[in-house]
Amino acid sequence: MKETPLSNCERRFLLRAIEEKKRLDGRQTYDYRNIRISFGTDYGCCVVELGKTRVLGQVSCELVSPKLNRATEGILFFNLELSQMAAPAFEPGRQSDLLVKLNRLLERCLRNSKCIDTESLCVVAGEKVWQIRVDLHLLNHDGNIIDAASIAAIVALCHFRRPDVSVQGDEITLYTPEERDPVPLSIHHMPICVSFAFFQQGTYLLVDPNEREERVMDGLLVIAMNKHREICTIQSSGGIMLLKDQVLRCSKIAGVKVAEITELILKALENDQKVRKEGGKFGFAESIANQRITAFKMEKAPIDTSDVEEKAEEIIAEAEPPSEVVSTPVLWTPGTAQIGEGVENSWGDLEDSEKEDDEGGGDEAIILDSIKMDTGVEVSDIGSQEQKSYKELGTRLAEKTEGDAPIILSDSEEEEMIILEPDKNPKKIRTQTTSAKQEKAPSKKPVKRRKKKRAAN
Amino acid sequence: MVTQSVRSARGRAEVIIAATRGVGAMEEEMHTDAKIRAEIGTGCSPRGPGCSLRHFACEQNLLSRPDGSASFLQGDTSVLAGVYGPAEVKVSKEIFNKATLEVILRPKIGLPGVAEKSRERLIRNTCEAVVLGTLHPRTSITVVLQVVSDAGSLLACCLNAACMALVDAGVPMRALFCGVTCALDSDGTLVLDPTSKQEKEARAVLTFALDSVERKLLMSSTKGLYSDSELQQCLAAAQAASQHVFRFYRESLQRRYSKS
Repeated sequence: MKETPLSNCERRFLLRAIEEKKRLDGRQTYDYRNIRISFGTDYGCCVVELGKTRVLGQVSCELVSPKLNRATEGILFFNLELSQMAAPAFEPGRQSDLLVKLNRLLERCLRNSKCIDTESLCVVAGEKVWQIRVDLHLLNHDGNIIDAASIAAIVALCHFRRPDVSVQGDEITLYTPEERDPVPLSIHHMPICVSFAFFQQGTYLLVDPNEREERVMDGLLVIAMNKHREICTIQSSGGIMLLKDQVLRCSKIAGVKVAEITELILKALENDQKVRKEGGKFGFAESIANQRITAFKMEKAPIDTSDVEEKAEEIIAEAEPPSEVVSTPVLWTPGTAQIGEGVENSWGDLEDSEKEDDEGGGDEAIILDSIKMDTGVEVSDIGSQEQKSYKELGTRLAEKTEGDAPIILSDSEEEEMIILEPDKNPKKIRTQTTSAKQEKAPSKKPVKRRKKKRAAN
Repeated sequence: MVTQSVRSARGRAEVIIAATRGVGAMEEEMHTDAKIRAEIGTGCSPRGPGCSLRHFACEQNLLSRPDGSASFLQGDTSVLAGVYGPAEVKVSKEIFNKATLEVILRPKIGLPGVAEKSRERLIRNTCEAVVLGTLHPRTSITVVLQVVSDAGSLLACCLNAACMALVDAGVPMRALFCGVTCALDSDGTLVLDPTSKQEKEARAVLTFALDSVERKLLMSSTKGLYSDSELQQCLAAAQAASQHVFRFYRESLQRRYSKS
């Protein structure tokens, strides 16, 4: 669907409000929206809500052979998908620019910063390493996708547990989660992206822009930082020209924000671990707020299935028996058989366009089903019988074609070809195109002429 | 995936019974004969008091951008659905007298493949049977489904989420629909709403989509081997289960729309 354009009055309203240091949702200039992190039942699954922007993250792992130039390192793979439910404008072909930009930024933030120890992912050097795959799905787009995605990615990676592996000489043993507890990934630090939106050629700045603010912004500055105040990635897009002290100020703000967000993440991870250890209920079902009227839960419902047998028998008893399909194959020549009679050819009498199979060839070919269908017959018998019947078929066909004396009435291509066979039973009366001689011809067998041609060839 | 004709099962049973009657029966043949006779005669015994649906939860209108959205949870299986529509449609896809319904299913890990495409088609056929597309000609109704977690009976959960999302979007429908999955394990016991472990060990897994007005069958997708009496039993059990699902729908909508 095409993106609905932003009206001029809305644009002006937003910019004027920003000039007066007011935001539509009542936030201050440097305020983040509420961040909510919930975990699923399997390890590595989380949903992050940054205001109304929602991202689902899932981490999975697989044992593969390593890259040739990095034989002792594991492989990390990041994939952010903009789901079509996130915004009506996200269609498979249309989002490529934004998608590439986001994916690249995410990769730089997480891979190039070396937050995950890839050496620890090696199982057998040069042969088997873990490939960690992070899939992120944007479920609702209300601005600032990159922040939400980076939080979801790092939370999912911290939450994930990979199966335990032990190497003894040449033997690699992969333990299932039931045999040995899965092992967390070794993560050095947690880089988190913070976005700054600039308006009026860099005069005004907003942290964590929402979707409307993103539409009217001039440029975006993204700083990825960890809680130790190390910058992992910095990117400025949109062509705005920033002064040095503006960038330094933004990085200071980012430091503060990242510290808050990291604390939130650690608390969420700790809560989840505690609930799992104590055996309480965890997962998305628990994170649905009970108080909302749009949410509803129902406990396990037992179903009474004691009367299904009677119902089923009733239905089967009342149902008509399935119709038997009679299949009697007719063998014309080795490799050519016919099942059923086919429909009458309704194309009319066109020269050289009729199919032989359409004729009920019952009396011309031998029906072999009586020989073949008995299950008790041995294979060798069938073989010899088939050969005999082929010969019979051949001779009978030959006899038939020689006995015919088709009368060719005219050589003209436009006129009807009518051949009179007074003593033959009319097999099928074909619908004819207009012909002067129609009333004289009870049965028309132009097919015979073709058969004669074939025998001649 | 869809089963062969049921006649083959009956034929197999007849052959074995004939053989045992004719010749002196061997041990194995007697066993299979008794089992098949039991199947045809009394039918598979269901799990009895154990047959139950898992814990259900549904949240509507949780996403701000789509016109309608719903998150449906069945035990640990969770699917999020978003509906856009009726909205503008591309000229190449428009139908002159009704709405173009499109279903998109995204798995959690990896790129969508053929299994997703076939599930999309099944869900689309079900939705097209109930959605009153003729009220909105030359428009498009898009249902986007995202698998949030898969722990068994995924197709049924997708159908339920799609229905709740269509209701939330206000798309006119002639009936509601629900999905129910049954699994038959090797000794013929019927399990409703199976977990992924039960699905893996089952001999046949059957998913039905039923409509709310007369509990008629809208769609069925089956995998595995079963007899015709087992099919009818699973269908009857699914109809009984759908009653609970529809009651759940009604109660959750009542909670949302009632004035008290």
